[in-house]
This record gives sequence, structure tokens and C-alpha cells, in this order.
Amino acid sequence: MDWDWNFVREIMPTLIQGVKITILATILGSILAAIVGLGIALARRSENRLVARSVSWFAEFIRGTPLLVQLYFIFYVLPDIGILLPPLVAGVIGLGLHYGTYTAEVYRAGIDNVPRGQWEAAKACNLNGRHTWTHIILPQAIPPMIPALANYFIAMFKETPLLSAITVLELMNQAKSVANTYYRYIEPMTLVGAFFLVISLCSVVLLRWLEHRYGRIER
Amino acid sequence: MTQWSGYLGLILQGALVTIELTLMGSVLALIMAFLAGMGRVSRFFIVRAIATAYIEFFRGTSIFVQLFWAYFVLPFAGLSLTPLQAGVLALGLNVGAYAAEVVRGAILSVGREQYEACTALNLGRWQGMRHVILPQALLVMLPTFGNNAIELLKATSVVSLISLADLTFQAQVVRSQTGSTLMPFLSVLIIYFALALIISWGVRTLERRMARGLDGVRV
Repeated sequence: MDWDWNFVREIMPTLIQGVKITILATILGSILAAIVGLGIALARRSENRLVARSVSWFAEFIRGTPLLVQLYFIFYVLPDIGILLPPLVAGVIGLGLHYGTYTAEVYRAGIDNVPRGQWEAAKACNLNGRHTWTHIILPQAIPPMIPALANYFIAMFKETPLLSAITVLELMNQAKSVANTYYRYIEPMTLVGAFFLVISLCSVVLLRWLEHRYGRIER
Repeated sequence: MTQWSGYLGLILQGALVTIELTLMGSVLALIMAFLAGMGRVSRFFIVRAIATAYIEFFRGTSIFVQLFWAYFVLPFAGLSLTPLQAGVLALGLNVGAYAAEVVRGAILSVGREQYEACTALNLGRWQGMRHVILPQALLVMLPTFGNNAIELLKATSVVSLISLADLTFQAQVVRSQTGSTLMPFLSVLIIYFALALIISWGVRTLERRMARGLDGVRV
């Protein structure tokens, strides 16, 4: 096993192309997961029992099955019913849906943590349902859950290599293709691993800071 | 219809491989979790450092990268693994790192008075751990271990990408042979979900059995 720096220099531009897509997928997936999670959390609190139960089951089902198979499902089954998605879009939808079911739990805990008095005060001030949510509940519920949400976004980032299975040209796929071209696996694979490790270690610092900044509720 | 039964047989074969991987991976993960988790609370700096490095490394790099590294790079170091061995190794070490933090948290969650009681009864460090601390900590760990086992089950789908014939792999085989997409992927999703339900049911049952006779002790 010998490490060749020249080869590293040669493949770097290709890998950086992949890094861009990886980061793009993570950001878009995070945004989608944040929205889907809020949607699921709100739907589960719905007055309509049928909506609440079916959304609950759907979320449970998605959380109990592998992301890879869900990606295949989106990528291969949807075109058969006429929805043709580019790989990156399919990947982002898969990531967003899968992690949305996780962030839904974070939202649920955050919303449950808002004291009852706030709901009652909103009612006393004659706010309607939408205003209660947008002006009273969510502004208080969301800041304390930012660290937990960030945690799931980092977990999602580490799952982005799965997108290579549905032909998204992200970091892992670029690494695999250069590895197959030159039949040298050591450098590309190790670099991908190092990249993920560095980002994860940095994100630990970021998480600490977020916990410090948002972890407590000021009263 | 007769055709489908043949393909269903193929998928069930894949299910067996998935179950086998999940079981073997869980055993390795459990061993690593206790080694590293107890290493994290060790008296010796060097043991703590090794355990921390292991945990941070395996939690920081994605499971996908670890699997590819084990399968493609290790042969260059003279260590050739079969796909099954690489799969069990990567899954066990990865999930073991997550579970190690659970072990550490559970050991630290046991009250101070229990440690003081061990000292008062003149139990050695190991005796106290074995007879007093771990039996109580184990109950705290169990629910999270269940979640970790489900994460491991979901992660097994990744081994299909190193050509191990698990559920996901067989779904792809059926897809490419029949051109049908909905049937293979939907049935595979349902099987994964059923397996996840079995795991969470099993863990709940185990928790109930282990909690027997501890009613007065648990807070």
C-alpha cells in the first residue's frame, strides 16, 4: 500500500466537483427536511384523527425503512407513473423526506415544550389558529430545537454518499469513477473518508456553539 | 402470477442475508459498544483516548465510506475480505461507535449513591461494575440499543452496493429482470419495515422482562 501525492493532485479537481454537489444536496435536503418535518409535526396534531393517524403511520414507515431503497423507489418507480426526476432532485426529495420524519420528532418535542400558559394567553388575546402558531408558538418552540435539528442535518450529510447509487455525481461517485479509471482505490477512498471526518469534527464545534447559543430558553 | 412467486423467493433469499447481516453486525456492535463505552469512563488516560478516537472516527466518517474502504482499500494492504465480512465489519464498527456513547451515558446515569454503596460494601471496581452498576445501566441502554439495531438493519441495505445479495440487491435483480419497479421495491420496503417492527417489539419485551423486580429501584 503506497500513497502517491502526484495522483492525489491529479484527482483533486474531480473530487472538488463532487464536494460541491455533496454540499448542494445537503443544503437542499436540509431545507426540505425542515419543511417536511414541520408539516408532519403539525399534521400529527391535526384535529382530524384520520389525517393525524395516517401521517403518523407514513412517518413511522419511512423511518423504519432504508434510505437507499427509498431513493431507488423515487428514482425507478416514479418515472413509471409519469414523473421523471433528474437524479439530484430525486436524491434531495429522498433525503428531505427521510430526515423530515426525524426532524418531525424534534419539532414535536419543541412544540410540546411551549408552556400551556402561552396557548391560553393566545386564546385570551383572541388570536386565531394561524396567528397563534406564527406569532406565539413557533417563535418560542424553534430556537431551542436548533441544535437537535443541526444534529440531524449533519447525519444527513453523512448519508449523501448513498446518492451515488442513483447516479448523482457527488463526492463518492466521483471518487469511485476515478478509482475505477486508474484502478487505484487507496487515495480516492481515503480522501473521501478524510473529507467526511474533517467536516464532522468541525460540525462538533459548531454544534457546541449552537447548544450554547440556543440551547436554553430565556425567560 | 406463477412468475411472481419465483421472484418472491429470490427476495426472501435476500431477506435471509439481510437478517444474517443484521444479527452478526449487532453482535459485533454490542461487543464494540461495551469495550469503547466502558473505555470512555476508564481511569486510564490512554484507554480513554483510544476509545474516544475510535468513536469519533467511526461516527465522523460515513458508513458508506467505511464499507467501501474495507472492501476496496484493505485488499491493497494484503487483507482481502469477502463482501459479507466487509459488511459485518463496517456495520458492527460503525453502529458500535454510536452505541458506545449510549453505554457511556447509561453508566454515568447511575446515581452517585450507587457507587458510594459499592465502596461501602467493599466491592472492587470490577465487582461493583458487574453486580451493581451494569445491571441498572443495562435497562437504561436497552431502548436506545433497539433504535441502534433498527439503524443497523437500515444500514445493511448499503452492502448491496458491494455486490452482497441482500434484500436491496435482490430488488434490483428483480427490477432488471422483469422491468417491473413497483412490486420489487414496495415488497422490499414492507419486509424492512416488518423486520424493524420485530426488532422494536423484541426490545420492548426484553425491557419488560429485565425490569421485573426492579420496580423499587427505578426512579
